Amino acid sequence: MDLSFLFDLTYLVSATLFVVGLKRLQSPATARQGNALAALAMLIAIVATLVENDVLSWTGILIGMAVGSLIGGLAARMVKMTDMPQMVGIFNAFGGGASALVAAAEFVRIQQMGAPMATGTSLSIGLGSLIGAVTFTGSFVAFGKLQGLIGGNPITFPLQKTFNALLFLAALALGAGLSGAFALGGLTPLTVFTVFIGISLLLGVLLVIPIGGADMPVVISLLNSYSGLAAAAAGFVVGNMVLIISGALVGAAGLILTIAMCKAMNRSLANVAFGTFGGESTTAQVASGEKPVRSIDAEQAAMVLAYAQSVVVVPGYGLAVAQAQHELRKVMEQLEERGVDVKYAIHPVAGRMPGHMNVLLAEADVPYDKLFDLDEINDDFQRTDVVLVVGANDVVNPESRNPQSVIAGMPILDVDRAKNCIVMKRSLSPGFAGIDNPLFYLDGTMMFFGDAKVSMSDLAREVREA
Amino acid sequence: MGEMVVGLYVFVLAALAGSEVISKVPPTLHTPLMSGANAISGIAVIGALVISAQANTPMVQILGVVAITMAMINVVGGFMVTDRMLQMFKKK
Repeated sequence: MDLSFLFDLTYLVSATLFVVGLKRLQSPATARQGNALAALAMLIAIVATLVENDVLSWTGILIGMAVGSLIGGLAARMVKMTDMPQMVGIFNAFGGGASALVAAAEFVRIQQMGAPMATGTSLSIGLGSLIGAVTFTGSFVAFGKLQGLIGGNPITFPLQKTFNALLFLAALALGAGLSGAFALGGLTPLTVFTVFIGISLLLGVLLVIPIGGADMPVVISLLNSYSGLAAAAAGFVVGNMVLIISGALVGAAGLILTIAMCKAMNRSLANVAFGTFGGESTTAQVASGEKPVRSIDAEQAAMVLAYAQSVVVVPGYGLAVAQAQHELRKVMEQLEERGVDVKYAIHPVAGRMPGHMNVLLAEADVPYDKLFDLDEINDDFQRTDVVLVVGANDVVNPESRNPQSVIAGMPILDVDRAKNCIVMKRSLSPGFAGIDNPLFYLDGTMMFFGDAKVSMSDLAREVREA
Repeated sequence: MGEMVVGLYVFVLAALAGSEVISKVPPTLHTPLMSGANAISGIAVIGALVISAQANTPMVQILGVVAITMAMINVVGGFMVTDRMLQMFKKK
């Protein structure tokens, strides 16, 4: 029997395990096993590749694998859960960069052999290096914004879109030139390719800098999708089906998450892909001031919560910033001991990436069967005694039902339909959307001002004594 | 059918299968899904290994080793951090 057939079968096993692994991610009970299966699939593919190819020199390969594993492993162990978006961003940069390098190395190899390049090969090399390079620099910029190394504000300049479009066309023209569509005056193919890569790297930067820091969850999801496409293109370059299949899986995953995020943030996919949103800063006039709010302290809040039958918590990113997840969980456990029915309502953009808040609460030992997403819980609010909003604002703003509002149509948690609502917040200042929140002035709303962590500890003490 | 076309068939069908599987992942698991998918995109390491194995010049060798290192950061870091997150998800 032909040996290459055996290897092809091994790659098929690997590809199947990737799909089965992702399928196990459909439930928190099996998810950990699913991730392990995907890791096993990767191991099988790596070993098969090393056995199948006659390795000329092991030194470089082993050093690369050891160094990469060490860095990745250390980073994975040390990262804080609040910093997950950055971590995913930078891992993504490396994945995209690796795909671009594979395409580049194959290009250099073919050039040095002096062999003519088939159109299909040059097309996949061009696509792989273009998408990979865009992912590489784009993810680094996103990382910089999330980590606070670069200002979170959108960076814009006149004719930005036109300039980006021209750059993209130039990259396409150079790519076509590489595949031999036309002669490029005395330039060597390597020079053309270098310019091509340079333009692609620049494009990655330019596509992400005009996007504001708070919109990064969408960008990270989209770049994740790109890194999958880049890997698939690299699969076409080296003619390996496992790369094509896994690349397609990641591309699909990234796209689905991007669409989910766009819906939750009320953005269009086209805007994100072409880097033209979040630009116009909505410095809408906040017409607060005169309207009265009802302000309460920890003791009063504890009374309201302790004598309720049902409580729904709406955690926002302010909770994570204040690191008050553990205190929140303690308060809720005390309420449960008193027989109060407690649930958590998680808006899709409650954190800094899709599902981020769920991870932060899981870290604070909140059981996942207490967490409900927007569609699951929105009908429950009208039967809820007390909603406790912690560090969230725009995602509970009833203004989204007003067609004239800047946040019109944004999906919100309908907390204003509950009997009572306690809003824990530093001040009445507007959220990211820059508009006032009518929720704060409703009859059933009580404002509990202060730092989330301090307020939450006070609340824990008062509930215990209530 | 050329190898390229077969590859395209595989790509499209895998993307469709992936969408079916992934769209059923609940929002609670979206962050681990993303970091897990991210780790899978490190599959580029296979390409990097193939290139490195056949490297005919120092230039190609260097590009290959850098690609292997970057992809392995993605793979090992991605799977480990996903596991770290998933082990925190507990039922009451």
